[in-house]
Amino acid sequence: MARLEVNIGDLRLKNPVMTASGTFGYGIEFADFVDLNSLGGFIVKGTTLHPREGNDYPRMVETASGMLNCVGLQNKGVDHFCDVIYPQLQHLDTNVIVNVSGSTPEDYAECAARLAQLDKVPAIELNISCPNVKDGGMAFGVTTTDAASVVKAVRKAYPKTLIVKLSPNVTDIVSIAKAVADEGADSVSLINTLMGMAIDIERRRPKLSISTGGLSGPAVKPVALRMVWQVARAVDIPVVGLGGIMDASDAIEFLMAGATAIEVGTANFIDPAVTTKIINGIDQWLDAHGCKDVTEIVGALRS
Amino acid sequence: MKKYLLDLTVCGVERLNGTHVVLRLTSQQQLPPMQPGQFVEVKVEHSPATFLRRPISINRVDMANNELWLLVHAIGDGTRAMAALKRGDTLNCLLPLGNGFTLPQKAGERCLLIGGGVGTAPLLYYGEVLRENGCEPSFLLGARTAADLLQLELFERIGATYLTTEDGSRGEQGFVTAHSVLRQETFDRIATCGPKPMMMAVAKYAQDKGIECEASLENLMACGLGACLCCVEKTDKGNVCVCSEGPVFNIKRLKWQDLK
Ligand SMILES: Cc1cc2nc3c(=O)[nH]c(=O)nc-3n(C[C@H](O)[C@H](O)[C@H](O)COP(=O)(O)OP(=O)(O)OC[C@H]3O[C@@H](n4cnc5c(N)ncnc54)[C@H](O)[C@@H]3O)c2cc1C
Ligand SMILES: Cc1cc2nc3c(=O)[nH]c(=O)nc-3n(C[C@H](O)[C@H](O)[C@H](O)COP(=O)(O)O)c2cc1C
Ligand code: FES
Repeated sequence: MARLEVNIGDLRLKNPVMTASGTFGYGIEFADFVDLNSLGGFIVKGTTLHPREGNDYPRMVETASGMLNCVGLQNKGVDHFCDVIYPQLQHLDTNVIVNVSGSTPEDYAECAARLAQLDKVPAIELNISCPNVKDGGMAFGVTTTDAASVVKAVRKAYPKTLIVKLSPNVTDIVSIAKAVADEGADSVSLINTLMGMAIDIERRRPKLSISTGGLSGPAVKPVALRMVWQVARAVDIPVVGLGGIMDASDAIEFLMAGATAIEVGTANFIDPAVTTKIINGIDQWLDAHGCKDVTEIVGALRS
Repeated sequence: MKKYLLDLTVCGVERLNGTHVVLRLTSQQQLPPMQPGQFVEVKVEHSPATFLRRPISINRVDMANNELWLLVHAIGDGTRAMAALKRGDTLNCLLPLGNGFTLPQKAGERCLLIGGGVGTAPLLYYGEVLRENGCEPSFLLGARTAADLLQLELFERIGATYLTTEDGSRGEQGFVTAHSVLRQETFDRIATCGPKPMMMAVAKYAQDKGIECEASLENLMACGLGACLCCVEKTDKGNVCVCSEGPVFNIKRLKWQDLK
């Protein structure tokens, strides 16, 4: 048995395997299949200051080796999380991380401030792929100034571990990663979904209610891996890698590309017990290759 | 209800017609309890185009033989691969999912179960369980042609079975909602599953007559566990997941505008 513990800033994970926001509910939905305490952590649904109804149905299309979704951040708001969900998660012996979304930097900061009061939530993950309503609706995560503005506002309000989740829908993800690191993010996670589209040719209409949606699953893995590799070489803070991870060897690729930890998303839909298999698979691989500690393979590409 | 991830073994395949197959599944272990109206998320192997699991209704549970039946309509790559399974093959199933049909409190309730196309699948098991609970289920089943009416001998064993076909090749011609039984008999409860326009017409009928009515929805799903929020339907409580709060809903909760 190799040592699997890793650190993301001050946050200690039992192992590098977490679950991705929006794909694992509040964890409870998977409790029949996974011992939640065996995970490095799990990241709950995107949470906003006020409740949101999300987009209309249809919100999902299956695509080649992946899927598109336009759920649109449906959630009951941060107060509901604190009052109703948190009491159900409080007893867990793993890192419960909340994914935070917003429409303005102030929104994000207020939501983060409420979550900072929850003892058993040691970190938040900021989803900066959301539209900035004050600035024409372009996602915060696509310009260095907008990305920096959210992180700056949240950093003031949130003293614990702050992970910033990057959008891949940009020309230069490294510059965004550097901008958020400069504002005091403890870690960056990447990638969020890639913008995509699917059309019903008989009806000559988009298959999703709002025309476009985010692509996830194995289809995005090569893009995600490339971005993780670029970012990990360019910033000093730990990187959390995700995008299309289906098994332990996918996870190990991300670790070798420079990710300190990984998140499993869409794969949970195909096998709700996949995270346990990935943790065991990483462990076995390390043993088989004579590695005593998972950190030995982080960023350990041969040149 | 506790959910399971099981590798089930195909112990029988019955081809009903060119596109419909009943898969009989079993396990070494005792199958878990399952309610009528609940469903299974099936992992499809050997179909590269099929990435996500496929939701399929519980067609019948035969506890005595430890069998679960699925009625599959082969319409795309995933369901075609399922229909091509043979005895001895394994099928990975996530089950039982969702909330089923209501089991009436008092015996002797007259229930009409209205199904169209492959939507008749969950009604067979529901009818059986209703009968076991002392109710009197009747069935009103519709299809395009006589060849598309499925499992009739099984339905007829449980209760009165009324039929419609669009081409008149069996039963009354037309849609289920035009069948004469709806004018001649009275019912305490209706349950429906099938194409949405059919379920809406049934719901309108039930609403006008003041009959309790439940409909089983077939929204597109990804996780089947209430985690991804892809399968939502608009209800009195806003957007709710069909996979975890449904697939069976009392029609009073649905916002089917056309009913008003
Ligand atoms: C709760 C529930 C219970 C179901 N029960 C049964 C059942 O007992 N037997 C059965 O044969 N089918 C059932 N279905 C429908 C079945 O899940 C779909 O037909 C199947 O997913 C199609 O997969 P495919 O790969 O064969 O087709 P695809 O290639 O994915 O699609 C082929 C065509 O079918 C349509 N389709 C895909 N998914 C659905 C869906 N969920 N509902 C309606 N149309 C769809 C697509 O739009 C497309 O036009 C059920 C669906 C749900 C949600
Ligand atoms: C249905 C669905 C809902 C998602 N919701 C969120 C969300 O609320 N917040 C967020 O930051 N990412 C969300 N994501 C993105 C995932 O967390 C992840 O970044 C992406 O799916 C890529 O990883 P994967 O390929 O392993 O799924 C969602 C993805 C899916 C498929
Ligand atoms: S299919 Fe994922 S929530 Fe219903």
